[in-house]
Amino acid sequence: MLNYLGSRLFTALLVVIGVMTIVFMLIHVVPGDPVEVMLGESARAADREALRETLGLNLPLSVQWINYVNGLLHLDLGTSLHTKRPVVNILSERIPATSLLAGTSILIALIIALPLGVLAAVRKGSIWDKVAMTFSMLGVAIPNFWMGPLLILIFSLWLGWFPVSGKDQFLSLVLPAVTLGTALAAILSRMIRASLLEVLDEDYIRAANARGLMPSSVIWKHALKNAALPVVTILGMQLGALLAGAVITETVFSWPGIGQLTIEAIQKRDYPVVQSCVLLISLCYVFVNLLTDLAYAYLDPRVSLNE
Amino acid sequence: MSKETFMPIRYSFPFLVISVWFFVALFAGSLPLHSDAMMLDRILFPPEGSAWLGYDDLGRSIAERLVLGARTSFLVAIFVVSISFIMGTTVGVMAAWFGGWWDKVTVLVIDIFIAFPGILLAIALSGLMGPGIMNAVVALSVVGWVGFARLARAQTLTIKHREHVLAAQALGTGTAHIAVCHILPVIMAPLIIEATFAIAGTVIAEASLSFLGLGVQPPDPSWGSMIRDGARFMLVAPHMVLAPGMTILLVVLSINLLGDTLRDKMDVRSKAKN
Repeated sequence: MLNYLGSRLFTALLVVIGVMTIVFMLIHVVPGDPVEVMLGESARAADREALRETLGLNLPLSVQWINYVNGLLHLDLGTSLHTKRPVVNILSERIPATSLLAGTSILIALIIALPLGVLAAVRKGSIWDKVAMTFSMLGVAIPNFWMGPLLILIFSLWLGWFPVSGKDQFLSLVLPAVTLGTALAAILSRMIRASLLEVLDEDYIRAANARGLMPSSVIWKHALKNAALPVVTILGMQLGALLAGAVITETVFSWPGIGQLTIEAIQKRDYPVVQSCVLLISLCYVFVNLLTDLAYAYLDPRVSLNE
Repeated sequence: MSKETFMPIRYSFPFLVISVWFFVALFAGSLPLHSDAMMLDRILFPPEGSAWLGYDDLGRSIAERLVLGARTSFLVAIFVVSISFIMGTTVGVMAAWFGGWWDKVTVLVIDIFIAFPGILLAIALSGLMGPGIMNAVVALSVVGWVGFARLARAQTLTIKHREHVLAAQALGTGTAHIAVCHILPVIMAPLIIEATFAIAGTVIAEASLSFLGLGVQPPDPSWGSMIRDGARFMLVAPHMVLAPGMTILLVVLSINLLGDTLRDKMDVRSKAKN
C-alpha cells in the first residue's frame, strides 16, 4: 500500500511538473513575437521592451521557466495584461461560479444516470434498456454548444421559465447545469449499466439471490456497491470532459466562471490569464484523479497488491 | 452469440448519412453553390421552396452553407485523425517494443497530455496561435495522438511475446519490418475502431472551436460557427441554430453507431483478452 501510494504520488508530481511546463511553453507557441501581437505593430520600441521585461521574455528560457515555477509556488500567477490586476485575484473571483456549476451538473448527472443505468442493466434487452441506450447515444452526439441554445430556445424564449443567461438569480443555474449534466449522464448511465452487468454475473449475486433476498436489496446493497468502484473512477475521469464542457457552456450562458474567463482572455490576448486558467483546470483534474485512484486503492485491496 | 436478425435501420441509416457527408464534402467544390451570396430581401427568412432550410442573418442560403460546412468538418476530421493515427501509433508501438526508459518517458508524456481535460489544450493552443483552420488542425492533432499512442502501446505489449513475433526476431528480421509486418496487422482492428470514434470526436471538436470563433474564419462556413451566428437570432429565426445542430447530431450519431457495429463485427474485446 505504501509502495503504491509513493509511486502514485511520484507520478502525479511528474505530471504536475509536465503540465506546468507545457502551460509555460504556451506563450512561446504564439507565432512571431508575442509582445508584438499584444501591442500591435504600431507600438513604439520602448513600449515593447518594457512589456518584454515585465513578462520576463528577455531572459533565457531556463531562467524564465524557473521564475515561472517559483512564482506558481508562491501563488504568483502574474498580472493580467488587460486589467493590470493580479491573475490570482481574478481567478479566485471566478472559481465559486464554476464549482457551483460543476457540482450541480454532477448531481443532475447522477440523478439521471443512476436509475437509468440500473434499470437498463437489470432489465437488459427490454424497452427500458433501449430507451436508456438511445438516450446515451443521443447525449454523446449532441454537443454542448447546441444543447445550450436548444434549452434556451425552449425553456427561456418559448416557455419563459428560466433566464436566458447570466448568474443574477438562482434559476440561472438550471439550464447550464442541465446542459452539462445530461452530457455527463449519457456517458455515466452507459458505464453504470456495463459495470453492473459485469457484477450481476458474479457468484455472490447468485448466492444472494439463492438465499432469497429481495431483488431490490440484491441490486442496491450487493451489486451496486461493487459496481460503484469502476464508476467512481470513470466519474473522476469524466470530470475532465465536464470541465472542458464548462468552457463552452459558460460561454453559451454567459456564466461568469473560469471557462468564460478563458475564452474572454483568449479574445483579448491576455496570455497570463489564459495560461493560468488552463493550468488551474488541468491541475484540478489531475488532483481529482489522484484522489479517486487513492480512494480506489484504499477501498479495493487488490489494487495495491499489483504494484 | 448475436441473433442473426436483419436490422436495416441500424446499419443502413448511419451508412446513408456518412455516405452523404462524404460525397457532399468531396464534391462541394464543384457544385454550383453560392454560399456567400447575400439575398438582402430574404434575411432570416424561414425555409421555403427554393431554399429548403431558409436564410441566415445576412440572407445566405443555410442549406448551401451546410454543404460547405460539411467539407470543412470532413477535411479537418480526416487530416486530424490521420496525423494522430500515424503519430500516435508510431510512438505507442515504439514505446512498447523498446521498453525500458523509452517506455517510461512515453507513458509520462502521455499522462501529461491526458492531464489537460478534453479539448482545453486545443482551445488554448488555437487561441494563442491565432484563429484559423490550419491552426485548429495542428491544435487538435497535438491533443489527438495521445489516444492512439496509449492504445497502440497497450496492444503491442500484449502481442510482443507472441510466437510469430519471436520467430521473426529469431530469424533476424529488422525492427521496422517486425513493427510493420508482424505487429501492425494484429493491432490494427482496435486502432481502426479508435479512429472511427476519433472522427466523431474531431467533428464535435472542430465545431466547438469554430463555435468559439477559433476555427474556420468568416465568411467560410463551419457548422460550429453557424450555430454561434444563429444563437443571436434564435427568437426570430430558430432554423439558423436547428439546421446545423441537427446535422452535427446526425453525423456524429452515425459515426458512433458505425463504430459500435465495427466493434461488434471485429469482436475486439474478446481478442484483447487473449
